[in-house]
Amino acid sequence: MHRDTLKALSAQLAARKVSSVELTTHFLDRIERAQPVLNAFITVDREKSLVQARAADARIAKGDVAPLTGIPVAHKDLFCAKGWRTTSGSKILSNFVSPYDAHVIEQFDRAGAVILGKANMDEFAMGSSCENSAYGCVRNPWDTNAVPGGSSGGSAAAVAARIAPAATATDTGGSIRQPASFTGVSGLRPTYGRVSRFGMVAFASSLDQAGCIAKSAEDLAMLLDVMASYDPRDSTCLDHPKDDYVGGLARGVKGLRIGLPKEYFTKDVARDVTDPILAAVEEYKKLGATVVDVSLPNQGLSVPVYYVLAPAEASSNLSRFDGVRYGHRAEKYTDLMDLYKKSRAEGFGPEVKRRIMIGTYVLSHGYYDAYYLQAQKIRRLIARDFTEAFAKCDVIMGPAAPTVAYDIGSKVTDPVQMYLDDLYTIPINLAGLPGMSIPCGFGNKGRPVGLQIVGNYFDEARMLAVAHAFQQATDWHQREPKGAA
Amino acid sequence: MLSLQDVQRIAHLARLELSAAEAEAMQAQMNSILAMVDQMSAVDTKGVEPMSHPQEVTQRLRDDVVTEPDRRDDFLALAPQAEDGLYLVPKVIE
Repeated sequence: MHRDTLKALSAQLAARKVSSVELTTHFLDRIERAQPVLNAFITVDREKSLVQARAADARIAKGDVAPLTGIPVAHKDLFCAKGWRTTSGSKILSNFVSPYDAHVIEQFDRAGAVILGKANMDEFAMGSSCENSAYGCVRNPWDTNAVPGGSSGGSAAAVAARIAPAATATDTGGSIRQPASFTGVSGLRPTYGRVSRFGMVAFASSLDQAGCIAKSAEDLAMLLDVMASYDPRDSTCLDHPKDDYVGGLARGVKGLRIGLPKEYFTKDVARDVTDPILAAVEEYKKLGATVVDVSLPNQGLSVPVYYVLAPAEASSNLSRFDGVRYGHRAEKYTDLMDLYKKSRAEGFGPEVKRRIMIGTYVLSHGYYDAYYLQAQKIRRLIARDFTEAFAKCDVIMGPAAPTVAYDIGSKVTDPVQMYLDDLYTIPINLAGLPGMSIPCGFGNKGRPVGLQIVGNYFDEARMLAVAHAFQQATDWHQREPKGAA
Repeated sequence: MLSLQDVQRIAHLARLELSAAEAEAMQAQMNSILAMVDQMSAVDTKGVEPMSHPQEVTQRLRDDVVTEPDRRDDFLALAPQAEDGLYLVPKVIE
């Protein structure tokens, strides 16, 4: 069952060949076996999941079946789920049991899906490797010496190891596409504003976007169909008509114009990554697509811009964690200021502290114009590059990351080096565009390589069809790591 | 370049307690991040409007009516310390 697509599982549930309780139990058992090795989950609550599975079975018995009814889905631990511990990978929220559901969780609940557990992640989604979780690092199922990528590394590892049929994830600077690339699964970051952020623990509000990770583009289409809906509670959520993501998958790629930015194919990208990507582009040509050269001249500035904007917004968003209303409070303190300082010092990990410090500095008196305002202006230049590129092409392709997954511990001492690895994903977040990563081969040490597909605003349906066409012609997305569960 | 004193001042503004050793490590890391960020200063952005939302939307407003139920007890139950319906904090005013 764990190899089946969401469509196949849905058909089996609807035909009563399997019950949701059986399906959920199957995946919970697999998680239990894999957890000591992969550490892909922070919270698993068998009884809570089974209560939902029984409710789904009752719904199916009445004939009230939607495509995801009865299907267990893992949720990144920064989505608040009522009655579930929601830690966002942080010690400061270790005892936080959410009193409400995020909009995304509500949508899955309405569809009759089951919460399989809360997936591990970099603390407050800050990281590119999943080594920054207060609950221990996640391991890559393809090679347990390697990182799974971050920050949605738990979601990606869970889908790659086939211990979850699908997972939610979020992407602020590449946190869906990079772990999807590192673990050989398919990941979608929709257009900024396409999916509500209500109930998502906020990191950098102008960049954060909810999305999903699954085994194939077809599965992602089923998930996006549930997730994408207008929500007035998130003032940045856009009331934009939803496409038929599943129905549009078969449109093919004949006549598709693929833009290849020269900046995505420099010596900074490892050869073992470039080769499978160029081979994938050749496959697209065989399917009827054409290739055009495009340029994104300001893309090199995206990392500095991101590391001003994201920390600035994070320092503001994380000010709510003060030890007064919820979360960790220090045991010993002298006065209110000391309570704040000690609670936050004890509750936050090193990467989060670093970003709060940078954010506080760039927003402080005398530095706002030089850093924050300048970054917002360059952000527009980066977005304009994409507008010009999309005048010549329908989608842009390139690497999701400059290398395959690296060894655990190999980059933790040099944050700047790790930040630069996000060079190919960050510009998409700054521009607010949708992006995907789909598996397209293997590189050094047999570790997976992801092809990044970037679409124009609200062009998720076309991107999914483009990814689906490749997955109909190749089997990279069906490869799975051995023996993780 | 940030001095150790600058780092401790920023830590105070950020409401973070840093030990001397942490401040020293933080100083090196922040200076290296800020050196990378400084590339931005060379970019000519004269006449470029700052971008805060890619779709150029304006802040949406809702009708000024109560839409949420009173969940005071639920939220107070999450507090590290609460009493008589109030959050407890150390004495602020003598």
